[in-house]
Amino acid sequence: MIQLDNLTKVFDTPKGAVVAADHISMRVPSGEICILLGPSGCGKTTTLKMINRIVRPTSGKVFINGDDTTDMNTQDLRRNIGYVIQQIGLFPNMTIEENITVVPKLLGWDKARYKERARELMAMIAMEPDAFLKRFPSELSGGQQQRIGVARALAADPPVMLMDEPFGAIDPINRAVIQDEFLKMQQALKKTIMFVSHDIDEAIKMGDQVAVFREGKLVQHCSPDDLLAAPKNAFVESFLGEDRALKRLNLVKVAEVVSDDIATVSPSDTLETALARIDDYGYQNAILMVNDQRQPVGLITRAKARTTKGYCRDHFENVPATVTLEDDLRKVASLMFAQDATWLPCVDSQGRVCGQITQRAMTHHLGSRFRAREAADRAVEE
Amino acid sequence: MPIQSLKGALRALLLVAIFFAGVWSQSSGVIDDFLFYLPDVRYLAAQHLWLTLMSGGLAILVAIPLGIVLSRPSMSRWAESLMQVLNVGTTIPTLAVLALSMSFLGIGTVPAVFGLFVATLLPITRNTYAGLKGVDPALMEAAAGIGMSPAQRLLRVELPNALYVIFAGMRTALTINVGTVPLAFLIGAGGLGELIFTGIDLYDPVMMLAGAIPTALLAIIVDALIATLAFLVVPRGVNPSRS
Repeated sequence: MIQLDNLTKVFDTPKGAVVAADHISMRVPSGEICILLGPSGCGKTTTLKMINRIVRPTSGKVFINGDDTTDMNTQDLRRNIGYVIQQIGLFPNMTIEENITVVPKLLGWDKARYKERARELMAMIAMEPDAFLKRFPSELSGGQQQRIGVARALAADPPVMLMDEPFGAIDPINRAVIQDEFLKMQQALKKTIMFVSHDIDEAIKMGDQVAVFREGKLVQHCSPDDLLAAPKNAFVESFLGEDRALKRLNLVKVAEVVSDDIATVSPSDTLETALARIDDYGYQNAILMVNDQRQPVGLITRAKARTTKGYCRDHFENVPATVTLEDDLRKVASLMFAQDATWLPCVDSQGRVCGQITQRAMTHHLGSRFRAREAADRAVEE
Repeated sequence: MPIQSLKGALRALLLVAIFFAGVWSQSSGVIDDFLFYLPDVRYLAAQHLWLTLMSGGLAILVAIPLGIVLSRPSMSRWAESLMQVLNVGTTIPTLAVLALSMSFLGIGTVPAVFGLFVATLLPITRNTYAGLKGVDPALMEAAAGIGMSPAQRLLRVELPNALYVIFAGMRTALTINVGTVPLAFLIGAGGLGELIFTGIDLYDPVMMLAGAIPTALLAIIVDALIATLAFLVVPRGVNPSRS
C-alpha cells in the first residue's frame, strides 16, 4: 500500500515560487496499479518522484505499507522501491546480467542467489537468459531494453514500484505487447504500483485506479470506468476526449453484458421450425444453428426459412463471428461493424454457445452509467 | 583496376626510394654519424621519459580527483569559473611557465617537473570534468532511484561511463608532455632537448635529428601505450573502439 498525506512540492524559480504538487493525498491499495494521468507540467511526475525522494517533498508524508518513510534512510528506502523511467537508464558499461543484479548486489545477496535471480527474471520477461545475459544494453532494441529496465526494478522483489512513463519511448506495436506482458506479470506478482502516463488509453488499459492531475492538484481519483462514465469537471471531460464512451468499451467484458436467452435450431430441424422460432423470439434476420455439442455451425436466415422447404442442415450460412466471455466490448463492436451484424453469438471456453450479445444490450449497459449519473445530478439539484 | 595498379606502382616506387635513401645514407656516412650519438640518446631518452613520468604522473594524480570534485553537484556553482581559470592557465606558453617556475624554484629537475606538471594538468582535468558531466542524466537518475549511494554512483556508473573521455584527455596531455620535455633542457633538466638545442646552436643537423627523431618516436609510443590501455580498461559496453 502506498499512501500520500498532503504531499506538497514548491520549486523556487527565478520567476518566484511554483507549486508543482499541492497537498496531494491519496491511497493505492496493495496489489493495485494506480495511473497518475494528466498533461505535462501537471505535477504527476513530481508527485511520483517525491515517493522515492528523487524530488524532496516540501511538506507532507509518504507511507509505504503503513510505515512513515520520512525518517527512513534514502538509500534503504529506494532499494525497496522498484523504479522504472522512460529513458530506461540501463547502465551501458554493464552487461544485462550486471544491470539486473545491481540492486541485489547493493542489498548484499550472495553470488549464487543473484545469478539465479537474474535467470529467473529473464524467464519472467520472456527473454532467453543464455542469449542475453552477457550482452550489453547497446546491443538490444528499445523494447528489449525496457523489458530489462522492468526486470532490474523487480530484481529485489520490492513490494512497491514507481514507473515514470515506462513505455512512452517505445513504438506503438511493441508498447502494446509490453503492456500486455506487464499486466500478465502483475497478475502473478501483485505489486503496488504508481505509474505516470499522459496517455488516456494506456491509463484505461493498465490502471486499477486513475488519478487525474491538473496544475499541481489531484482532480479526480477513481476507477477507469467511473472516470469515463462520470468525469468530475469540464477539464477531466476534455482530457478524456469526446470518444470517452467508446473508450469504456475497453473496460467492459462480454460476460457483463451477455444475455443467455438465445434460441437455436439443430441441423435436423426443418426450416418451418426455424421460421416459427425466429418469429417466437422476435428475431429480425436469422437464427443460430448449433450441433450436438452446442457449438455454432451456421445461421438460418429468415428469408431462406420463409421461401424454402427442407432441413436446416441443407440451407445454412456461415456464422460471421463469435465472441468469448473474456473479450471486451471494443472487440465485439469492431466485429459487429465489420460484419454488419446487430448481434453475435457468445461461446464459452469449450466453444459452446452460451448466449448472445446485441448492440442494444451494449448501448444499454454503457448508457445506464450515464443515466444513473444524470439522475444523481438531478437529485442533487432538487 | 587502374586505381589498384596505380597504388601498386606507388608502393613499389616508395620501396625503391627507401632503398636508395638507405644506400645513400650508408655511403655518405650519416648512419655512422647517428650511431655516434647512440649512447647519448639512450641516456637522455631515459632522462626524458623520467621527466614525463614524474610530471605526467603527478598531473594525473592531481587532475582526475580535481575533475571529480569539480563535477560534483555541490560544486556546480564554482566549477565553471574554476575551469575558466584553468583555461586561461593553458593559454600561457609552456616556455613561459618553465621560465616562471625557474625564477621561483631555481634550475634543475624540480622546476622542470613543476612546469610540465602545470602544462599537463589542464587537458586531463577538463576531460575528466567534461566526461563526468556528460554522463546521461537519465543514468544518474536511474542509479539514484535504485538506491546507489553517491560514492557507488561515482564508482559504478559515472567513472566507467566517463572513462573513455578521461583516457582521451590523458592521451592528449601526455603526448604533448613528451613533446614539451625538450624545453626542460633550457632550465637545466636534461632530456633529449640537449641534443636538439645543442644541434641547433652548432648548426649540426645530425645531432639535432638525433634528439628530434627519438622525441617524436617517444611521443608516438606513449600515445599508442595509452590507447592500448584505454582499449583494455574501458568497459566494453562504452568503448567505441571495441564496439
